[in-house]
Amino acid sequence: MAERNMVEAVNDAMMEEMRRDDRVIVMGEDVGEGGVFRSTQGLLDEFGADRCIDTPLAESAIVGVAIGASLNGIVPIAEIQFADFIHPAMDQIVNEAARLRYRSNGTWGCPITVRAPYGAGIHGGPYHSQSIEAIYGHVPGLKVVCVATPYDAKGLLKSAVRDPDPVIFLEHKKAYRLYRQELPDEDYTIPIGKAEVKREGTDISLITYGMMLHHSLKAAETVEAEGGISVEVIDLRTISPLDKETVLTSVEKTGKALVVYEDNLTGGFGAEVAAIIAQEAFDSLDGPVTRVASPDVPIAPFAGVLEAYVLPNAEKIAKAIRELAAY
Amino acid sequence: MVSVKEPPGELGLNKDQLLEVLYKMVLARTVGQRERMLNRMGKTPFAVSGEGHEAAQVGTAYALVPGKDWVFPYYRDMGVALTVGQTARDLMLELLSRAEAISSGGRNMPSHFSDPRLRIVSGSAPVATQVPHAVGTAFAGKLRGLDEVSMTWFGDGGSSTGDVHEGMNFAGVHKLPVVFVCENNQYAISVHVSKQMAVENVSIRAQGYGFPGVTVDGNDVLAVYRAAKEAVDRARRGEGPTFIEAKTYRLVPHTSDDDDRRYRTRDEVEEWSKKDPVVRFQAYLEENGVLDAKTRDEVAKRAAEEVDEATDYAEKAAPPEPESALRHVFAEEEGE
Repeated sequence: MAERNMVEAVNDAMMEEMRRDDRVIVMGEDVGEGGVFRSTQGLLDEFGADRCIDTPLAESAIVGVAIGASLNGIVPIAEIQFADFIHPAMDQIVNEAARLRYRSNGTWGCPITVRAPYGAGIHGGPYHSQSIEAIYGHVPGLKVVCVATPYDAKGLLKSAVRDPDPVIFLEHKKAYRLYRQELPDEDYTIPIGKAEVKREGTDISLITYGMMLHHSLKAAETVEAEGGISVEVIDLRTISPLDKETVLTSVEKTGKALVVYEDNLTGGFGAEVAAIIAQEAFDSLDGPVTRVASPDVPIAPFAGVLEAYVLPNAEKIAKAIRELAAY
Repeated sequence: MVSVKEPPGELGLNKDQLLEVLYKMVLARTVGQRERMLNRMGKTPFAVSGEGHEAAQVGTAYALVPGKDWVFPYYRDMGVALTVGQTARDLMLELLSRAEAISSGGRNMPSHFSDPRLRIVSGSAPVATQVPHAVGTAFAGKLRGLDEVSMTWFGDGGSSTGDVHEGMNFAGVHKLPVVFVCENNQYAISVHVSKQMAVENVSIRAQGYGFPGVTVDGNDVLAVYRAAKEAVDRARRGEGPTFIEAKTYRLVPHTSDDDDRRYRTRDEVEEWSKKDPVVRFQAYLEENGVLDAKTRDEVAKRAAEEVDEATDYAEKAAPPEPESALRHVFAEEEGE
């Protein structure tokens, strides 16, 4: 067992996948020297410049070239340095990677992984903080993973690399060095599309993912200690395909649903989760399906006081839990 | 601008090959005409033809090894698809959105060519997005030590996109075996090339990416072939990319939904139809003793028969099952 934080777990996953399969390459900006978050540390030394490739600063080409390479026997992991910079590649992701299999009637496929650090809370300002998962979660043909723990990051990244379809792999950057976790020495994967109950409870189902998982777990401890409210915390881990079964099973048990996400409230992926619960668990509900999210302003302003004001945190989540519990 | 004056033998093509090139050009012309006709008859809601581009398309694609080299055409490239091995039947099945159509089985609009057996990679409609893909297959080939070449085609309008710049830059940095072909027909739908670029020859841009660019007479199939052959040979020798600009003219509207009378004079179209690449190549072959009137008529007849057979077959073929619209979003498990 090795103790790893999340960025080390990501690094381990790529290292091990590149050792396992010599078709796997890593390409992106600054990946050769280890990357701005050090997630590609050591890859150049071990695998050389043919498999750890510093690309020109051009996101559309990073994804577009990865798509082409994947058609010719290569398994690319394309890194977008910050999720905020992925927008120039959106055409390649949405119109090309996501639609290639469908538009060719299943005769071409596109096994690429696009990794990107995302999320706020690190004083990144409006261009190093964005949550982009809802944009891609909306697109058929893409799988979208949002990880926030070392164990999940490693197991899910390995699954992404081995997946025959394009996976958008989002790593919450505030969770990169949040804590260390014992990880198994042996190879393991976590299936894409499976949520996990991270904390069992009976009164409220709290559905979340990304950094909000950690704030939600803290809020759940607080309300339990102060007033005995028992919160079940579900980490979606993958938003597309969505594990509806785990969500609905929990809501049917508790009768109350709180959806917590860091993205803007309107049209964030939690809105889809709330709609599914409202439609498919209606008979079990004993209170309004409630959302905690960021207000509809660009995420996130740089100044600490502004950023803290905008983002959901454990206190805001605890407040919403108390209100929903009292309903 | 490069045109061919010398006898055909200089290019290393024998008589059979020259007649094969002619056949592909005539076939592309015939398919294009038939597709537009079937649209007018109400048998398909959409058709896009490459009439006028036959020399640019057949001349470039003929330099490739079918099934080995990678092909990234755009929606006007019937001549490319037919040259590397798709048949009139493949194209007619796609035109009529039949289930067995190899390109997409009725999912993409017609003329979005795809055929894994021939390494023709499915394309989309936003222009020139296939350029980075061609660079990617070439990159993979280089990493894997293969001697495959990738070729991609786009229009003068497409040359303005960021993907062309980003793709050519990447290819230049890594000296990849890829050939970029711009079929410059002087119009991006209705917008004249003078509003598309501030240079006379877009091939000059290759200099900025560190590899050669050449402008050829895109209505002279042998001039196009010579440039393409040199580019493919260079790429296969590991000497990197080439940019070929083939100057040509689209003799028909952009698509079945376009009326080119709004933006082109009939005099201009008439002038260019005098430079028709098919007629010109026929005349060249006749002057050089490769073709006579009888063989010319036989070529036309054979193409018409192939297209007739293809049309009949496609009209009788089954449409896709409606519920199949839900399949192939993701890879399917065995037996699914």
